[in-house]
Amino acid sequence: MSDPITQAGTPAPRPGDDKPRPGMSERSIGLLGDRKKARLDELARAGVDQGGVSLVRDAVRRLRRNPVAIVGAVIVGLFVLMAIFAPLIAPHDAVQRFDELTKNLTVDTIPGASGDFPLGSDPLGRDFLSRMIYGARQTLFVGVLATLIGLALGVLIGAIAGAFGGWVDVVLMRLTDVMLALPSLLLAITLVAMASRSSQWTVIFAVAIVSVPIFARLLRGSMLAQRESDHVLAARALGVKERNIVLRHMLPNSLTAVIVQATLTFAVAILDAAALSFLGLGDPDINRAEWGLMLGVDGQRYFEVRPELAYYPALAIIVVALGFTLLGEAMREAIDPKNRR
Amino acid sequence: MSLLDVRDLSVVFQRRGEQPFTAVDKVSFTVEPGQTVGLVGESGCGKSVTSLAIMGLLPKRGNKVSGEVLFEGTDLLKLRPDDMRDRRGREISMIFQDPLSSLNPVIPIGVQVAEVLERHQGRDRRQALREARDLLDAVGIPDPQRRLSEYPHQISGGMRQRALIAIALACKPRLLIADEPTTALDVTIQAQILTLLKQLVDDTGTALVMITHDLGVVAGLCDTVNVLYGGRVVERARRHELFAHARHPYTHGLLSSVPRLDSPRGERLHAIRGSVSDNIPWAVGCAFAPRCDNVVDACLEGPPPLEPTATGGDLRCNNPVSEEVAVL
Repeated sequence: MSDPITQAGTPAPRPGDDKPRPGMSERSIGLLGDRKKARLDELARAGVDQGGVSLVRDAVRRLRRNPVAIVGAVIVGLFVLMAIFAPLIAPHDAVQRFDELTKNLTVDTIPGASGDFPLGSDPLGRDFLSRMIYGARQTLFVGVLATLIGLALGVLIGAIAGAFGGWVDVVLMRLTDVMLALPSLLLAITLVAMASRSSQWTVIFAVAIVSVPIFARLLRGSMLAQRESDHVLAARALGVKERNIVLRHMLPNSLTAVIVQATLTFAVAILDAAALSFLGLGDPDINRAEWGLMLGVDGQRYFEVRPELAYYPALAIIVVALGFTLLGEAMREAIDPKNRR
Repeated sequence: MSLLDVRDLSVVFQRRGEQPFTAVDKVSFTVEPGQTVGLVGESGCGKSVTSLAIMGLLPKRGNKVSGEVLFEGTDLLKLRPDDMRDRRGREISMIFQDPLSSLNPVIPIGVQVAEVLERHQGRDRRQALREARDLLDAVGIPDPQRRLSEYPHQISGGMRQRALIAIALACKPRLLIADEPTTALDVTIQAQILTLLKQLVDDTGTALVMITHDLGVVAGLCDTVNVLYGGRVVERARRHELFAHARHPYTHGLLSSVPRLDSPRGERLHAIRGSVSDNIPWAVGCAFAPRCDNVVDACLEGPPPLEPTATGGDLRCNNPVSEEVAVL
């Protein structure tokens, strides 16, 4: 046996590289104890060698271990790739009407799958698959812009309310209460209806405005919590200017919740935009391929002729919204400080 | 002229529809340049509120601060908020109890040290970071270059408190207020931090106001000790005087409740009976009277005055303890 088993009370004869530690660790406690200790040391070394782990890297590491996050990320990743590389992936132009397809179009037949057109035709004789792929582009565009605009406005309102407090807070929060009191889709429909001429921008703005109160409330709440926190008091005690306290100390600490909410809002934005298109309040441009539009106009009108026209866009919307929801939920879990360590 | 002269400082918390509560009641004490002064007392005796009032950090609403806080002759309570902000961190700094929550969790340590240098010394970020590294080095943080880019949750509690001390002393303030700086740390680290504080205030000539409930901290650090009870100073003495001849029954009780190595086995630890909630208002009598072993009739007939003692301290008691407790 190579391990020296020392008597309790006598100092353990260890080589000098082993730093003395307080407590019992210095004393040999039998073979099993030694092995356990060696294992602990090994674990400790492994932990130390990784060096600093930043907040972000920590969260990413936890995300990568979470299967839900991976599923969400894969869906979102594929969707984004499809949107970016749509012209390369799509077999045909999304706008062009093909003679092979139009010649077979009648009131109650729409050509199905054939060699060149794997998903067949849409009611105007365009390639359905290509339109689906280009639709990803449009959906991503609307979703991203609506979320970003909503995020920006919401953060602005929430930050002002949280930073100033008092009557500014009261006025801004009552305004958001008014917006929250209406069901979001109803509010979006109202906003679109108010626009004199609908375009894809009215859709984007309507969906963005609907998400503003949620962001504003969320940020304002965590800003108020931050205002009471010790590190903000400590910053005050250092004479840090009020502007910097808000911008450097309160805002960055409050943003995590809002950023996670943005991924979840993204899913809702896609659904809302699709719903608006479905209701005929969307983009009037018939050439623009958009899943909600495809589902609402073509899918609904020709459901008895070719239900696939409704199935595929619906499925695409569901899968993408699911992907963003899964990723958002997983991110919220990963960033949650209660799960740290 | 004293560096800090607190005169009749009172803080009354007043909420609509509630009885006003006097947290700090005409507290006066002075701090000479380079001196270490202790504010001692149990939870709720007004120690922290006193320090926040001096720093002007109490919430704007819901309280009334009166009296004078003269810092080199200027009344801090009368300063415009902007002027006060310029002094905080530059002339008066403060260290708080919990080093983890006092640091901003999403900003690297280096930037947090640099921030105060940028604010008060007009340094640019690069220069400030270089100085921050030296400051971290000075407070005994190993490998300071690496620590600059680390976040508070990545370093140990002792190191966080060291970083906070570095931040507080970055601009070489003339006064440092330490509000229970060692409470959140374990005992070995406490000793290290206290040694460090002592060494730094000695080196830089910074005066230190040490707020604590731990008499061991007082014994190791303070020149003068103010014992607070129920928002008032009940005893003030030089350190050796206080430990050798505690006169006020409260101080006496605190000292005799410190566990001793040479006391006989099985002896019960002395305790002050009752709790803070038994206090009577100072207007009625001595707030400590309900818990006091030495209570006399006069104690309930009005507040005893704070009177100078023969040994150069002050005492607020009708019937002080005469026996000696040799502690620590």
